[in-house]
Amino acid sequence: MAYSKNLIDHYENPRNVGSMDKESKEVGTGLVGAPACGDVMKLQIKVSNSGIIEDAKFKTFGCGSAIASSSLITEWVKGKSVDEAHSIKNTEIANHLALPPVKIHCSVLAEDAIKAAIADYKDKNKK
Amino acid sequence: MIKNIYFDYQATTPVDPRVIDKMIPYFGEIYGNPHSRNHSYGWEAEEAVEIARENVANIIGANPKEIIFTSGATESNNLAIKGLADFYGDKKNHIITCVTEHKCVLESCRFLSEKKGFKVTYLPVKSDGLIDLKELKNAITSKTLLVSIMGVHNEIGVIQPLEEIGEICKKNDVFFHTDCAQAIGKIPLDVNQMNIDLMSISGHKIYAPKGVGALYVRRKPRVRISAMMSGGGQERGMRSGTLSPALCVGLGEACKIYSEEMETENKKLEKLKNAFLEGIRSSCDEIYLNGSEEKRVPGNLNLSFAYIEGESLMMGIKNLAVSSGSACTSASLEPSYVLKALGVEEELAHTSLRIGLGRFTTEEDVKHAVNKIVSEVKRLRALSPLWEMAQDGVDLTKINWAAH
Repeated sequence: MAYSKNLIDHYENPRNVGSMDKESKEVGTGLVGAPACGDVMKLQIKVSNSGIIEDAKFKTFGCGSAIASSSLITEWVKGKSVDEAHSIKNTEIANHLALPPVKIHCSVLAEDAIKAAIADYKDKNKK
Repeated sequence: MIKNIYFDYQATTPVDPRVIDKMIPYFGEIYGNPHSRNHSYGWEAEEAVEIARENVANIIGANPKEIIFTSGATESNNLAIKGLADFYGDKKNHIITCVTEHKCVLESCRFLSEKKGFKVTYLPVKSDGLIDLKELKNAITSKTLLVSIMGVHNEIGVIQPLEEIGEICKKNDVFFHTDCAQAIGKIPLDVNQMNIDLMSISGHKIYAPKGVGALYVRRKPRVRISAMMSGGGQERGMRSGTLSPALCVGLGEACKIYSEEMETENKKLEKLKNAFLEGIRSSCDEIYLNGSEEKRVPGNLNLSFAYIEGESLMMGIKNLAVSSGSACTSASLEPSYVLKALGVEEELAHTSLRIGLGRFTTEEDVKHAVNKIVSEVKRLRALSPLWEMAQDGVDLTKINWAAH
């Protein structure tokens, strides 16, 4: 199975690896997947007062496609509004990385992760 | 260009150059049909096949007349299990095997239970990958025809207690078949001492070509099997079809080499294995060896690298040819059924790789592989949320994970 250049690039040089303070009100954390299924993604976003995602970080346990999918989505959400980030579709990730059919679930997980992070942020900042 | 290094000796082995040398004449000038009795062309080919048969017999302490050439261990396992079941099935209809057997054994048993009304008992394994002899004894009934347990495991390299199993079978008047595809040349085998009635042998796991194997069928007391293919009645009526002298010679030569070199090779592999394991363990914590630490062949390391998914590790060490399980199931995303049977939790099973060492593995290869694996393990653990949580003292089993 040959992986695409984009995928290998994100696997070998993952962007935005790391963690932020999950207690901070500006930070939303999404933790999705399960170790028993072979994929766990932790995705964090830091949101400014005006609702723009200033920073994003991830850590992923999973195959190369899962690592690349989460790396890519952190790159994409930076600078976007929370609503824009919420509308990112897994198919866009799958297309950009040319994921093979058996790996589509990795892009689904990345979409779930950003949605979970946004939900966590909104939950913390309910008025 | 980065050099690729082969670490998948349980999937297959390269053909030993000495084996190739012996085979080559039988692709060219010696082309007779070994079953032709009327002229020298046939006699010459037949002689080569019979010498090969002797070499195969010698490595397991058998008589050459008890060796049937086949296309490989899958055919041998099918022929042994289905052939025996067909011949004796009207008297006894119970088979005992084990959950970690190779697919061709499990599927042959499943065929017999679904289509031929056989009862099959699948023995569990202990956490070291070995069967419990007491459970074997308890499973035997007056209807038990056959016990089929492999010698050395293809994924985890553990050695089953063949002699003890053979003794139990003999006492209870049950046939004993063993798949020794991974055992030939790795452990001493003697069909009489171990009371083995049927043994499957593969060429390509022992530096002979793919496409050839053998089945040992005991003559005293005689074990009968029905042929699976109709034809000219070659191989004492048990396996019709013209033999390939070149392939038979290859298998014979590979056995002959192992008869002479098994001990030296095992010593070398033991050293390489220890260097490999110590090299990784001295730099990384939480590396688990799957299967018995003592009762295993030195050429197999099945390791779990906790907190790192196995496929991502393989992608990181892509110039090292290792495997996430057996070659037959490497397309599947499911963790290995063998590791599950050992009781390895699914999260750990996802982190496992099989590393195979063999005749052509060098110290340099091992050093290179250890360095590469250690640096990738560190890189991927830095990427792993599970590693981070474990370092922070979070109990991963207490988290309510969403299965997907």
